[in-house]
Amino acid sequence: MSTIVRDYTIPANDFTIAGEASSSVRKILSQLGVSPDVVKRTSIAMYEAEINAVIHGNGGMAHVEIDKNKIYIRISDEGPGIADLNLAMQEGYSTAPDSIREMGFGAGMGLSNIKKNADVLDIETEINKGTIVNITVFFKRE
Amino acid sequence: MEQGYFHSVTLNTIKCKGCTNCIKYCPTEAIRVRSGKAVIIKERCIDCGVCIRVCPYHAKKAITDSLTAIKDYEYKIALPAPSLYGQFGPSYSRERIVLALKQFGFDYVFEVARAAEIVTNASENYMINKDIKKPVISSACPAVVRFIQIRFPNLIDNLLKIESPMEVAAALSKQEVHEKYGIPYEKMGVFFISPCAAKVTSVKAPYENVKSNVDVVLSIKDIYLPLLDIMKKQGEIIKEPFSLSSAIGVAWAATGGESDAIKEGRRIAVHGIHNVNDILEQAIQGGLDNIDFIEALACPEGCLGGPLTVENPFIAKENLKNEIEKIKKDQAHRVSRTENVDEFVWKSKVEYRPIMKLDDDMMKALEKMQMIDAITEGLYDLDCGACGAPSCRALAEDIVRGIAKETDCIFKLREKVNSIANQLHQIE
Repeated sequence: MSTIVRDYTIPANDFTIAGEASSSVRKILSQLGVSPDVVKRTSIAMYEAEINAVIHGNGGMAHVEIDKNKIYIRISDEGPGIADLNLAMQEGYSTAPDSIREMGFGAGMGLSNIKKNADVLDIETEINKGTIVNITVFFKRE
Repeated sequence: MEQGYFHSVTLNTIKCKGCTNCIKYCPTEAIRVRSGKAVIIKERCIDCGVCIRVCPYHAKKAITDSLTAIKDYEYKIALPAPSLYGQFGPSYSRERIVLALKQFGFDYVFEVARAAEIVTNASENYMINKDIKKPVISSACPAVVRFIQIRFPNLIDNLLKIESPMEVAAALSKQEVHEKYGIPYEKMGVFFISPCAAKVTSVKAPYENVKSNVDVVLSIKDIYLPLLDIMKKQGEIIKEPFSLSSAIGVAWAATGGESDAIKEGRRIAVHGIHNVNDILEQAIQGGLDNIDFIEALACPEGCLGGPLTVENPFIAKENLKNEIEKIKKDQAHRVSRTENVDEFVWKSKVEYRPIMKLDDDMMKALEKMQMIDAITEGLYDLDCGACGAPSCRALAEDIVRGIAKETDCIFKLREKVNSIANQLHQIE
């Protein structure tokens, strides 16, 4: 089956470059004729995960696979990991430092926003090892 | 109505040298150089006029109607864009310009600035509505609307769904003339005096697919000298009772004019199509939730920087500022709140135009994307433009779309020539 694969490096502490991977993925999906609504959900979910890797994970990698039914995104970092995943999923809970909040990021909406927009969200995290966020968005709802 | 693909921006093939300036700057990658001449891919062109500005050989031009069109109508109405006022120096006041338009042969002048004020009022009412999608994106610049139609379908709902000042002016001027003088509608000709190509296209091929109320579009460039000649001969200016607009409408010609006029909320003014692209990218990722209104204009310095203007936009801005100060002294009032704002709300929908799509069939699109990836891999990542496409990836796309071949790349060609030479060598 035809699969499009993309890999991106997410730089640490650089918010200006942070959105580039999700922006590039958005263009690919539009070229493939994926509906605007799905493109938007994918783009938001991926962007939030990217930003998380920038803020908390000291940068990382984005791996993307697209086939005719879905897009799978894996954002991985080697940051501190998430101590309490349930707590982190709550809207408004944030461990971002004040300086980041000052920039308009780190409002504690990231993970819940990803959950809202992804069809499948799976987070693997280990303290002091890092975090892997697995996002799947289906092009057609079952 | 089938809108087809009429475009105001066209190419003069004699002047075109086939260089790479325009292909590099085009925001929708709508230009290719083929057989030594630029070709505009009409489905992609948004008539922003960037190519007109960057072409060193002036080979790109905007088609507008000729000044002689004034002979085609019995009753002629002029709609000067506010940017017209910025074109002339301090001794040429707005009153003189409006009078000059009448002396040129127009029976009636309706300032687009007046309509801009009405749009401001309508926008304020529109923004009060809690159900609208924020940030609201200004729809006054047709190039930006077209850009959103092609590139940012998710932001279509964010567009300010109110007619542009030009359309409002056209509709109201006809009404006004009819009511005041009893002129039948079919005898009127409405002439918009335009700073840009995008407005021409929006009259000839409106994106809303509703017929425009404007009949003729003249460029500021064409009417500039005739007006200047007339004004030089004007004696004492007797203030005619024109219903001139207040400062708010005139300010629309420059950046910040539209957004400053709306009193509520956080508003930003973005100009230059590439800056507009960046802000829309941010908006689509949900990064602008704290912004209420985006004024987005394709030209640098807004309409004053339009490709059909005469004066340098920064000087024009100073001219306009003077004029605004004068108006503020003279009359502080603004038009009364429009009673019936609904009248100017869009009646039809602006739709997504998925022209970047590789294929209607998703499977085939995926296969094409893989081919593009593979071809791009084999290219040199120089984005030199010598092949006639703006980037290596764009060339790869063109190859897969069947409108280019790999040896259009001069480095690929060199590889091939080398390999043939080697083969010949082996035969010896």
